[in-house]
Amino acid sequence: MSSDLYREQILEHYRNPHNFGEIQDADITQEGDNPLCGDMITMYLKLDDGRLGSVKFRGRGCAISQASASILTDLVMGRPVDELKRFPTQALLDELGIPISPARMKCATLSVNTLRVALGAGVEDEDDAD
Amino acid sequence: MIEKDVSNAGMARGVPPVWADGHALDVGAIRRQFPILKREVNGHPLVYLDSANTSQKPEPVIAALDDYYRRYNANIHRGVYQIAEEATAAYEAARQKVARFVNARSVREIVFTRNVTEAINLVRYSWGRANVHRGDRILLTEMEHHSNLVPWQLLAAETGAELDFLRIDSQGRLDLEGLDRKLEGVRLLAFAHQSNTLGTINPVPILVAAARRAGAHVLIDGAQAVPHMPVDVQAIGADFYGFTGHKMCGPTGIGVLWARRELLEAMPPFLAGGEMIKRVSLRNASWNELPWKFEAGTQAIAEAIGLGAAVDYLCGLGMAAVREHERALVDYALERMQDVSGITLYGPQDPDLHGGAISFSLANVHPHDLATLIDQEGIAVRAGHHCTQPLMETLGVPATTRASFYVYNRPDEVDQLVGAIGRAQKVFTG
Ligand SMILES: Cc1ncc(COP(=O)(O)O)c(C=O)c1O
Repeated sequence: MSSDLYREQILEHYRNPHNFGEIQDADITQEGDNPLCGDMITMYLKLDDGRLGSVKFRGRGCAISQASASILTDLVMGRPVDELKRFPTQALLDELGIPISPARMKCATLSVNTLRVALGAGVEDEDDAD
Repeated sequence: MIEKDVSNAGMARGVPPVWADGHALDVGAIRRQFPILKREVNGHPLVYLDSANTSQKPEPVIAALDDYYRRYNANIHRGVYQIAEEATAAYEAARQKVARFVNARSVREIVFTRNVTEAINLVRYSWGRANVHRGDRILLTEMEHHSNLVPWQLLAAETGAELDFLRIDSQGRLDLEGLDRKLEGVRLLAFAHQSNTLGTINPVPILVAAARRAGAHVLIDGAQAVPHMPVDVQAIGADFYGFTGHKMCGPTGIGVLWARRELLEAMPPFLAGGEMIKRVSLRNASWNELPWKFEAGTQAIAEAIGLGAAVDYLCGLGMAAVREHERALVDYALERMQDVSGITLYGPQDPDLHGGAISFSLANVHPHDLATLIDQEGIAVRAGHHCTQPLMETLGVPATTRASFYVYNRPDEVDQLVGAIGRAQKVFTG
C-alpha cells in the first residue's frame, strides 16, 4: 500500500526519531500544535555563540508531523540562528521527499513553524504553506 | 404567501407520518441515484464513509437546483411576475415538506437558516440574550459539537450565566445520574440528538421530561438525527430543534430551526434587513410574520428548494427503513471491526443506541496516517477531532478516525475498510 506516500525513510524517522527528548537547561522551549489533527511538539533549543548548539524535541502525532520534526532537527543542528530565522519551508519538504497534500501540509510544517516561533521569527506566509 | 397548517397532515388523522413505513432499502437502486458513486478515486471506486460530515446528493436534488436556475430563477416574495411566483411557491413548498418531515404543528415553526450552526446561533442571540441572565445555568453535554458549545460559552460570558455538563460513561452514553439535581436552576438544556463523534443516540424522552420538570427550555441539535431516523418534533416536545440540509442529501447553505410558535412569536429578530420587516420608517420598523421575521435578506432559494427535493427523496425511502439499514450496518461493522488487532472502538456497543457513525483508534497508526493511506484505495473517512475537542480530551486521544454510513453504503464497504486498515497497519509494523 502506497509505499511512495510513506517511504521507509519517513517510517524510520517516525519509529526512531532523531534528537528526541528534552534539553534540561534549554535556552528556549517552544510548544507548537496543530489543533486540526492534534499533533503536538515541544522544541528545546540551546544556543551557542549565535548558533543552534543543540536541538531536541518531544511530541506526539501523525507520522508526517513527527518524522518531519526529526528530519528538521538534523537539518538545523549547528546552523547560525540568523540563517535559521529564514529557514525555508521548502527545504524541509524537499528533505521529506514525499508528496504532501494540502490537507497534510500543516502536519508537515508544524516543526519548522514551531522553530521559527521559537527564534522569534514570523511563520512563513501561511497561504503559501497551506 | 402560503399559510397552511400541517397539524393534520398525517398524525392527527391516525395516518402514520410520511416516514413510518417498514420496507427495506434497495441499496443497489439507491446507489444508481448518486452520480458521485460512479467515480473512481486513486484508481478505485469511491467508498464514501464520511456522510456524518456531509452526505452525497441524489439525482433529484441535483436536478432541482439545476431546474430552478434554468427555468424560474427569480427572487422570492417580491416579484408579481410569473417566474417570481413560481420561485416563491417552490420555496414555500419546500418549507411545507420540511414541516411535514419533522411533523411540525405549523409551517410557521420552520425557519430556514444557513445550517444548524446558524440555527443554534439564532437561538443564542434572539432567545438567549432576552432570557438568560446572570446566575442562570446552561446545561450541555461533553459530547457536543463545537456548534452547540461555543455559542453557549459566548452567551454565558456575555450574560454571566454558568455552564455545566453531563458526562459520558465508558461506552459514550450520557451519565444520567443526578440529572434532576443537575437541572436545578437551568434555563436551557442543549444537547445533540445523536453524537457525530461517538454515534450515541441520546435518550431524548428522558432528557426532555427531566428538563420540563425543572422548568428548563430544551434545544436539540438534530444535525445527525434528522438525516438518519424518524424525527417527530411534536412527540419530542422540545422548544428548539435544529438540523442541517447538507447531511440529509440536500445542498450546503441551507439549514432549519424548528421552534415552538409561541417562542418564535415572542423572540426579537435575529438578523435585520429586507424581507423580515412589515413596515419601516426612518426611525422604526415592525416585524414580518413568522417565519419570515427570521429570514432577513435574499435567502438560499435554490438550496431550500433542493432541501425540499431531498426530503421528498428520503420520504420515498422511508425514514424507518433508513434507520434500520444503518442499524444493521453498524451492527455488522462493530462486529467486523472489533476483531482488528490493536483497535479501540468508541461509542455504544449496542447498535440500538448507536447511529451510523463509528469512531476508533489504532494502537500503531495515527488517524491522519490511516486516512491518508486508505484514501489511496478510494476510501474516504474522517480523521481528527470532529469538532468535539473536549470529547477527545475525555477519550484521552488527540484524534480518532470515524467511518460513517448512509443509505448508499453496503456491508462490503465495511469489509473493504477492514481490509484497508490491515494493510495500513502493515505499512507501519512492517
Ligand atoms: C452534531 C452536529 N452539530 C452541528 C454540526 C454543524 O453542522 P453545520 O456545519 O452544517 O452547521 C454538525 C456537523 O458538522 C454535527 O454533526
